[in-house]
Amino acid sequence: MVLDTNKDLAEPKGIWSWITTVDHKRIGLMYGVTALVAFFVAGLEALLIRLQLTTANGTVLSADAYNQLFTMHGLTMLLVVVMPVGAAFMNYFIPLHIGARDVAFPRANAFSYWLFLFSTIMLLSSFVLGGAPDGGWFGYAPLSTQLDEFVRMDYYAIGAQLLGIASIMASANFIATVFTMRAPGMTLMRVPVFTWMAVVVSFLLIFSLPIFGVGLFQMFFDRNFGTQFFGGGGDPLLWQHLFWLFGHPEVYVLILPAMGIVSEVFPTFSRKPLFGYPFVVFSGIAIGFMGFGVWAHHMYTAGLGPVAEAGFGIATMMIAVPTGVKIFNWIGTMWGGKVRFELPMMFAIGFVSLFVIGGLSGVLHSVVPSDYQQHDSYFVVAHFHYVLFGGGVFGYVAGAYYWYPKWTGRFLDEKLGRWHFWLMLLGFNLTFAPMHILGLNGMARRTYRYPEGLGWEFWNQVATVGSFLIGISFLFFAWNLIRSRKNGRVAGNDPWDGRTLEWSIPSPPPVHNFDEIPVVEHVDDFWHRKYATDEDGRAVRMPDVTGGTLAAETTTGDDGEANRGSPEDMHMPSPSYYPIVAAFGVMVTGYGLIYIPVGWVAAGVGLLITLWGFFGWSLEPVTRDAHHD
Amino acid sequence: MTSQTAPVEAQEHHDIRPIRKAAMWVFLGSEAMFFGSMIATFLLYRNNTADGPGSEIFDIPFTSASSFVLLMSSLTMVLAHNAFEKRDGRGTRIWLAATALLGITFLAGQIYEFTEFVDKGLTLSTSSFGSSFYMLTGFHGAHVAIGIVMLLAMFFLSLEGRLHEERGLNVELVGLYWHFVDIVWIVIFTVVYLLQA
Amino acid sequence: MNHAHNENEPAPSRRRPLMIGLVGLLALMAAGCSGAGPQTALNPEGPIGRTIDDLWELVFILATIVFVIVQVALFYTIVRYRARKDDDGEPVQVHGNTRLEITWTIIPVVILAAIAYPTVKGIFDVRAIPQGEDVLQVQVTGHQWWWEFEYVDLEDETGRTLVTANELYIPEDTEVNLTMTSADVIHSFWVPVLAGKRDVVPNRVSNLTLIADDPTPPDAPHPGQCAEYCGLAHADMRFKVHVRSQVDFDAWVEDQLAPAQLPTEGAAAAGYAAFGTCVACHNATVSGPDGIEDIGPVRTIEVDGVTFTSSLAPDLTHFGGRATFGSGTFENNREHLAQWLANPADLKPMRPELNDIEAGRILGMPNFNLSDDDINNLIALLEGWD
Repeated sequence: MVLDTNKDLAEPKGIWSWITTVDHKRIGLMYGVTALVAFFVAGLEALLIRLQLTTANGTVLSADAYNQLFTMHGLTMLLVVVMPVGAAFMNYFIPLHIGARDVAFPRANAFSYWLFLFSTIMLLSSFVLGGAPDGGWFGYAPLSTQLDEFVRMDYYAIGAQLLGIASIMASANFIATVFTMRAPGMTLMRVPVFTWMAVVVSFLLIFSLPIFGVGLFQMFFDRNFGTQFFGGGGDPLLWQHLFWLFGHPEVYVLILPAMGIVSEVFPTFSRKPLFGYPFVVFSGIAIGFMGFGVWAHHMYTAGLGPVAEAGFGIATMMIAVPTGVKIFNWIGTMWGGKVRFELPMMFAIGFVSLFVIGGLSGVLHSVVPSDYQQHDSYFVVAHFHYVLFGGGVFGYVAGAYYWYPKWTGRFLDEKLGRWHFWLMLLGFNLTFAPMHILGLNGMARRTYRYPEGLGWEFWNQVATVGSFLIGISFLFFAWNLIRSRKNGRVAGNDPWDGRTLEWSIPSPPPVHNFDEIPVVEHVDDFWHRKYATDEDGRAVRMPDVTGGTLAAETTTGDDGEANRGSPEDMHMPSPSYYPIVAAFGVMVTGYGLIYIPVGWVAAGVGLLITLWGFFGWSLEPVTRDAHHD
Repeated sequence: MTSQTAPVEAQEHHDIRPIRKAAMWVFLGSEAMFFGSMIATFLLYRNNTADGPGSEIFDIPFTSASSFVLLMSSLTMVLAHNAFEKRDGRGTRIWLAATALLGITFLAGQIYEFTEFVDKGLTLSTSSFGSSFYMLTGFHGAHVAIGIVMLLAMFFLSLEGRLHEERGLNVELVGLYWHFVDIVWIVIFTVVYLLQA
Repeated sequence: MNHAHNENEPAPSRRRPLMIGLVGLLALMAAGCSGAGPQTALNPEGPIGRTIDDLWELVFILATIVFVIVQVALFYTIVRYRARKDDDGEPVQVHGNTRLEITWTIIPVVILAAIAYPTVKGIFDVRAIPQGEDVLQVQVTGHQWWWEFEYVDLEDETGRTLVTANELYIPEDTEVNLTMTSADVIHSFWVPVLAGKRDVVPNRVSNLTLIADDPTPPDAPHPGQCAEYCGLAHADMRFKVHVRSQVDFDAWVEDQLAPAQLPTEGAAAAGYAAFGTCVACHNATVSGPDGIEDIGPVRTIEVDGVTFTSSLAPDLTHFGGRATFGSGTFENNREHLAQWLANPADLKPMRPELNDIEAGRILGMPNFNLSDDDINNLIALLEGWD
């Protein structure tokens, strides 16, 4: 049965509809597109870095340019690409996975996106407004508070702060959504792993971002108001503690959604349930918890004292355990299954293979005396690129190939996809595997040049070749994304024979997601509407009595009519321009603060715009034409 | 296999308060980390007074009085929420106003204190002690101020008859926020003023 | 019902590129372990470096074993359980196996516990601050972007201690205790061949122990560099560790403690006249007709009860004898010196326009627009001070 779309529920068109949208799917897509563009920007920064380092005593970039580029490469990739990509997937799929029509606070959701976009614009604008931040993405004090002649690190302090606010709001939104808006029968232990990981990530951000926020305020005050948090009588290590108390949970924020995606892809393309669903969920929760107890493993050489170093070393070793559990469960999912090497699965397998390497180099770091050598060398660069790129990016790309049919109703092109995969796999390993060697051979991080005679030229050249291969592979990907929207093979509701609820609705989904909110009886509920199990436990396809919709059977009411809701009763939240107005106001405030004392006026104007946005928002009804009981 | 489709209405007209309460609790969780970090910073720097004044300039009796004022405002907040639940509009407004007034009194006391401290030579830039003290108490004061704005907003909404239980600002949510800010102050007062190392 | 149609079901030959990749990766790693280069951590030249390297090797071997096991399991699984075109059945819908879960949770814990013990022991071994009279005490002050070394127990008759920059001389087989702080931002002292690194933090004192087995050839000291990003010229904040036999070290100390001779004639004397510009920041101990004089600003900082020399620029008393300058970055020869004196920023990125000598903030050497004559004379002066 297909619902008649009436005017309220028709897909809106036009730029204004995107600017005022509060639809989680559109917001998710906007996050994704923005993150992809930022990926190319940060990737370009990386290629410039690689060109500079190809030869000893390179002269492609000045030291000043190089320092800005590596700072922004890190900042952009972490805060503007990978986190928002996670947010993109979480936005799109949390409501679909739990059987809801939207998130708990749709306008706040939009606000988070616009604030993210405007903060990114502000941060990137620094390149042409006197220089981008150049203190490293980790902004160690007192270097980051040293030069008030430049506003560069004020862009950092304010930009990261605003991005953090956007994330905190989104996290509160997602937690409220998952805890209060699940469909009937959807207990927490029936929620798909991806959404579970989103919940863990949201809690990590809620508790870690404020700590970073305090540090950023302190940095800003040291830079502009003469306070002594990190200089004068202050302790530079305070910054490091505050930063890493955020920074370490942050890396789990970056990887857990990708692990969640892989936990969806493996079962679908093995035609078996996820092996050990409760263990995968609980290991994610464990990683979240333990992630708060290992932060000082970024500080082994800073002077913590042997007792603290030993404690954090052991804690860090232990966090490898729940991570390993996940790996084994993914392999266990494929074991005994029927593995199909569709593109999502290829990237997911790549994730597992490469993440293991990154995880093992992480264990090498946890061996504290080894880290005395490895810290601040290219060995670290190798490690985190293996987990964040080999792990994270491969996982998110898997999600893109997996869910592109759901977003657009078409498949991504097979051939372009394979070019993407093999080039990316080759390029990635060529780029980052040699960095293990470079690091152990003494090459320090964050250095704009290195001398001859230390034996580093060859592997740097290899790495540069690899990095360009990565770039080319992503050109294939971008072209595929654009082209397949119109030319891709048509996919239906359920192109992969999936297991979770998003495959039970059309591709792309209607504005209201579900015609009827499903009543859930199993984990992988949608699969169970399609398949029963025979006496051997094998899946058996059931005949489809629902006329193709695979909607759960309905009961009939007293009048014999199917007990279904009607469109008039579906109150979708109305679009609103207040979120973008408020976000714009915050950006203006941010610019003002960066340029104080001259900027106080702008900051004041920005505050007024923000207040106007917030007041309008709070007084505006959630849904227009809402009828009261 | 039969299952019952939940009627669409059930989802649409549900009580939104549990959702908003969940969000407020989560937000307060993040605020706890925010203030916790600033308290930790203060604990680190409480003896870094450089050549400036230290905690000897505190006027404990005065601060105790303003703490008491803030504590009482939590009581009036509870009374305001009570009245709201009983749909007693007038009572709601009286106690909301009382809460706001007590909050303003507290802030006035803070401002007076700060001017005294500045006179005695303690500013943001005097020392790490000064920096961390003012940052902690300053952000707390800003939170109180925002709370007062929300209280007054609800007061005026109530006057216009627009303070419904299901829409607009929820008295209970603001109450949660207000109590949280009060609890933070209790911690600050204890750690900073009473427990001087 | 839509199934994705994939006509290009992977053949067993898919295995091959993956295996090649795996083997290639292993080959890469093996190649890397040949420990190329004089700044490598993999060929230690001292006992502390060896302690670290031995532990690293143990864990690396274990990690490699785990790596092989997991990758083989992964690829074996995808090969064995790949969907085959002729296979119509569905797999058994296994949900999990608690016993297995517990097993593969406990085994990693055991392995990690096994490496935890040598790890903790290694920490305490490496972090121990050497005690006793035979320890050579050197204080290190990190600056943007150069290293200052003071041998606090080595004094001449007048009580002046040995202060030098960027080139650290140590005797073989001796425990050297570096007591370090920074004059500005966080740096990190790292000479991989001898030991791990240690951050050099303003307002804090940190220690690092160096022990070197054997003397180094004069033209091949152990290279080191700053390992904590410290601003513009972080990459050019390098240093050298020269290891000498005890006899040669003592001789070096004696040379260093002797003052520079005030030149009385020729280009060097003219250079000394021009040197007045330099002593706004640089120091030298010069012996002339009026006796021994310390020229240039003398500054110290006090951190945690330790007094550190904290000059504005490197001491030049024995500059001529250094193999490098610019913080271990440039070979000390006429050509480089001439370039440097003509415009230091041509060689090394710096921000001298932000210098504030009063406040003690130095971010590089300015361009003094020296004439060619001045440059030649200064070079003559400095070459004579070896």
